[in-house]
Amino acid sequence: MRTHTSDRVFDAVNFIVLLAFTLICLAPFLHIAAISLSSAGPILSGKVSLLPVEFTTEAYAKVFTDASMIRSLGFTVMLTVLYTLFCMLLSIAAGYPLANKKLRGRKGLMLIVVVTMFFSGGLIPEYILVRSLHLLDSIWALVLPGLINPFYLIILISFFANIPESLQESAEIDGCSHFRSLIGIMLPLSMPVIATLSLFYAVGRWNGFTDTLMYINSPELYPLQLKLYQLIQNNMITDLLQMEGAQMALVVPESLKAASVIFATVPILIVYPWLQRYFVNGVMIGAIKG
Amino acid sequence: MSWNVYLRRYWQLYALLALPLAYFVIFKYGPMYGIQIAFKDFNFFQGIEGSEWIGLEAFRDIFRMRDFYITLRNTLMLNFLDLLVSFPAPLILAILLYEMRLVWFKKLSQTILYIPHFISWVIIGGIVYQVFGTQSGMINNVVTALGFDAIPFLTDKGYWLTTYLAVGVWQSAGWGTIIYLAALTGINKELFEAAGIDGAGRLRRIWHITLPGLKPTILVLLIINLGHMISIGFERPYVIGNLAVREYSDVLSTFVYRVGLESGQYTLATAVGLFQAVVGLVFVLGANYASKKLTDESIM
Repeated sequence: MRTHTSDRVFDAVNFIVLLAFTLICLAPFLHIAAISLSSAGPILSGKVSLLPVEFTTEAYAKVFTDASMIRSLGFTVMLTVLYTLFCMLLSIAAGYPLANKKLRGRKGLMLIVVVTMFFSGGLIPEYILVRSLHLLDSIWALVLPGLINPFYLIILISFFANIPESLQESAEIDGCSHFRSLIGIMLPLSMPVIATLSLFYAVGRWNGFTDTLMYINSPELYPLQLKLYQLIQNNMITDLLQMEGAQMALVVPESLKAASVIFATVPILIVYPWLQRYFVNGVMIGAIKG
Repeated sequence: MSWNVYLRRYWQLYALLALPLAYFVIFKYGPMYGIQIAFKDFNFFQGIEGSEWIGLEAFRDIFRMRDFYITLRNTLMLNFLDLLVSFPAPLILAILLYEMRLVWFKKLSQTILYIPHFISWVIIGGIVYQVFGTQSGMINNVVTALGFDAIPFLTDKGYWLTTYLAVGVWQSAGWGTIIYLAALTGINKELFEAAGIDGAGRLRRIWHITLPGLKPTILVLLIINLGHMISIGFERPYVIGNLAVREYSDVLSTFVYRVGLESGQYTLATAVGLFQAVVGLVFVLGANYASKKLTDESIM
């Protein structure tokens, strides 16, 4: 193909626009990271933008020695692992039978799932349910109500349904039970979609905030997001009331907030690149089928 | 196959389904049972069963509340503006990514563009205040250093709206490209080559091949978005919003939270939630119907 001058202009413009948007995506993180690694003086006088000024790791030292922050991290990790495990167990238990065309009553069962994608009881009835099950202020209030995302379940079902039936049939002839063919045949073949959905569930739980705000009261059960929210709230209040110097001392230093934000984000950024190739494929499966 | 034989061979499938089904019944349909709270004078001591029926009184009450109309307006306004601004962004980005010839840059750029989607709204809220804050925000530091007055990005209603929308584009545009890129892989490569031989430049190719190829995807996504006009997530407006801009930032979901869980008016809040769910359902079904009519694809 010949290259026109206009094509070269296009390539250049394309590169610049993409680069700009990529940098805009990155800049806020760099800013927060810079704040978290800078001294109080430069931060308050507005000298910190994308690089640390008067480099210090003091804020991180504080975050890592803050017992409540460490406990919150530990609790969030435990919550996320427990939740993701339960989610996947239940999703697989539902997905395998529903992908089987021989399942009688499949249409009715699918309807039960699909209806919940379009209509729900709403915030207050959900709260009242959790309350009347005596789950308030316990880890279970953050685990049980959101175990199966119907949309993710449908992605899983369509993935299972695409695995050639002959594989299962021959296993059946060999006397393989459904449990064994699920564990021995289906699961090993489904690792990409299982990795993707696990990532989505885990990220959703890690980032989840609304339910923690509604269901959790005891500080020892504060997940990171709730804890961070309260830290950040201080920020908003100062900004709104334009507090005077004397009161400023009461407010959590900016660098500490920034370090906490980084602290809560880094775990996601660590797992994310490893799973990226999976989720891009996984979402495409969902996009084409869904 | 008789049921006897069938069950002997397939009982394991039903055994597997038991727990998931219990989950759906308890945690998805349980709250639907709780919807009757909207029609009852609910209090915790009497429970759902014991509370007295009050008919449509709660609905009469909410339709008389000024705050209800403000939150309804805001929900529609924020969603509509969001659609206007956030809808074209991933389309443009996807085309740019697709046309990008430097493979390493394309991959790097994609990886970075997806990241904001995986960041919680609480953290985005924290970042927003560090970047847009009036006192010490990064942008206002530059603005004031240049000798201008600080811009009230978060405390002035108009500016807040802009901030809210910009943050939405930032958070979702990269992730939104995935679905377009998936659709683009389905376009026949020969079309591009043929166009190249005919002497069509890149822009012409985009206009005559890429965009028409994406048309069904664009339409379906547009219709889905229109179907969700009245549903709005809680976290984004709650975290980015504040008292100074509540006139704009208070939406149906935050209203339900405030009236229900903060003020304990469960009946009223449930009624608002039900109103939203029913109107939302009508929107979504309408959108699905439109999608079936306009394109061959339906959402359901």
